[in-house]
Amino acid sequence: MSETFDTPDVQRAESTATQAVIEPPAAEPASTTKPGEKPRRARPHEIFRDMPLLVKISAVWLILVVFGAIYAKLDQSVFGGALPLQDPNLQTNNFNSETGDFGTGEPLESPSTSHWLGTDALARDTFSRILHGGWVSLIVAGTAAGFGVIVGGLLGSLVGFVRGRTENVIMSLIDVILAFPALILLLALVSIFEVRSLALISIVIGVLSIPAYTRVSRAISLAISQREFVLAARAIGTKPRTILFREIIPNVLPTVLAYALVAAAFVVVVEGSLSFLGLSVQLPQSTWGNMINQARRDIRLNIAQVFWPSLALSLTVLALNQVGDFFQRRFAVRDSAL
Amino acid sequence: MADAHTPVLVVDDLRTHFELPIGMVKAVDGVSFELERGKTLGVVGESGSGKTVLSRTIMGLNIASNARTSGSVVYDGRELVGLTPGEMRQLWGTEMAMVFQDPMTSLNPVVKVGRQLTEHMRAHLGTSKQEAKASAIELLRSVRIPEPEERFNNFPHEMSGGMRQRVCIAVALACGPKVLFADEPTTALDVTVQHQILNLLAQQQRERYMTMILVTHDLGVVAGRADEIMVMYAGKAVEKASTSTLFSAMRHPYTEALFRSIPKTGNPKHTRLTAIAGRPPDLIHPPPGCKFAPRCPYAQERCREEEPELQAAPEPGHSFACHYPVGSEAGKAAYEANLAAGVPQTLAAAGQVQATEDLSVVAAAAEEVV
Repeated sequence: MSETFDTPDVQRAESTATQAVIEPPAAEPASTTKPGEKPRRARPHEIFRDMPLLVKISAVWLILVVFGAIYAKLDQSVFGGALPLQDPNLQTNNFNSETGDFGTGEPLESPSTSHWLGTDALARDTFSRILHGGWVSLIVAGTAAGFGVIVGGLLGSLVGFVRGRTENVIMSLIDVILAFPALILLLALVSIFEVRSLALISIVIGVLSIPAYTRVSRAISLAISQREFVLAARAIGTKPRTILFREIIPNVLPTVLAYALVAAAFVVVVEGSLSFLGLSVQLPQSTWGNMINQARRDIRLNIAQVFWPSLALSLTVLALNQVGDFFQRRFAVRDSAL
Repeated sequence: MADAHTPVLVVDDLRTHFELPIGMVKAVDGVSFELERGKTLGVVGESGSGKTVLSRTIMGLNIASNARTSGSVVYDGRELVGLTPGEMRQLWGTEMAMVFQDPMTSLNPVVKVGRQLTEHMRAHLGTSKQEAKASAIELLRSVRIPEPEERFNNFPHEMSGGMRQRVCIAVALACGPKVLFADEPTTALDVTVQHQILNLLAQQQRERYMTMILVTHDLGVVAGRADEIMVMYAGKAVEKASTSTLFSAMRHPYTEALFRSIPKTGNPKHTRLTAIAGRPPDLIHPPPGCKFAPRCPYAQERCREEEPELQAAPEPGHSFACHYPVGSEAGKAAYEANLAAGVPQTLAAAGQVQATEDLSVVAAAAEEVV
């Protein structure tokens, strides 16, 4: 009796037993035996479905952060503050000389309907500042990943494939950069410039993240270059450049992209550290790091103002690690199956 | 090349040594042969006997920077040894092509098979995208892939092993090579598929009038398909003959040992398969005399000191390298002397130990000898 409730399919099959008997089994025995089917690649919602719960939550969090950051930036740059979000730099306790109004808020407010996460020491809306801080993290992490994947991935794939002197020269240079403490090099580079724009910070961090990507992609490229299909491509007279772009790089890319997520978590922390030291993007642009630094002084009065940006930073790093690990595992499984 | 009997491939004293920190590995050590257009040469030997390195050396595919090649390979009147990879690339695909051992790894897993087929066709022959697709589908059909139009858009992992090997063959044939190297093309496949793939190779070879070099460790694979057979051991050719001569009048004990290790359907049930005792020799420090002597049931003192040269047998085109050849009076005497003296590998070959002792004892004894 209870079996009939197992799946809706069973119920339907029983109710229409006459025609259901000859139906083929729902599950395909193996993809290899079924020609004529369109090549199947896992679609985004299928990947999402395969995620463990924690990874799912992480992915949702990352989407929220990205969406929030883009929303805040749109509000500021395109709509001129017309979207429903507080101005991140408006000191809400200020006297408005035009209207004669005293401000609506006060410093270090607790969360309320008008200020969801309260206000900071200058009575600025914390929620809005966190969204704007997310934009900085997003751009820095994105640029670093872009530099890493494109420059580092290409260099690594190249040297892993051609080997020889090219490899020695390039890898020596990479090792020199790697041997230098990254944060100190960053501090030195950043402090040279008078104006620290978002673009400058992004590019400096981006260039400094190239070596790690180069090493990762070189390792994969070394393994891929030994595979028989590369030899097979050579044996039919394929040009080395075509082999690099058609045979090696498509196989290096998935792993490097998965690494990019984990590396992005590191970059977010690096940018946070710079901000905390006051060496990232210039004030009053809010970043998670400089928010923590500013709220630090009033930690005895209102600990929540340190808590919110710290929470955003840690959750984002955790989420990036979770999602990055998930994709790395996924690609690792796929590789071993081949 | 109007004359069909002009050899298309002449290999003379080809040597490939790999320089390692611990010494020189003589993977191919002085191999010579000639091959006429449209013929098939079977190269047979155990793992590590140098047959794969031989075929890759002829094609110029040894990428290792520590490989040292000497000797000569003349293809269609052109010397190939010493050509740069750029010059060799003119030949790869259009003149020579290779089918590899493992179809699971010799296709790019992230590229659709159709593109793997058409890409170099377009690069080499300059055909348009549509033409390349049409001829690729034709090629897939000719290697007997059902529904080639649909398969064209498949990824390698969506195909079975046999089907992937068919695709590999199609890729190798795409630019119409004149010489095809098949490096253990069926080792990774199960027996029924092996048969189909070998028949397919033979059929394609006939239709395209290709010269084929079929590398395998299985004498049974080449038996019905090769015109000539070369048996390799430790980087050297130890016996060369036409297929029928080799099977009717084999001279080298190693050939005989390989032949004995083919399972025969006529044997009674539970007959132990005859294995060759011991392992192939260390190619860095090979034994001084005949390389096979430590495992040879016929081996005498002379074999361990003096290396036999390749010598002609009475049959035309048959040569072998052995002091005490199988089937000769000297060989028979040597075998009986060894049997009487209880030389372990001779006892193993004669099957006498199997009744009394465990085979592993013999194997251990033989390894001591090695």
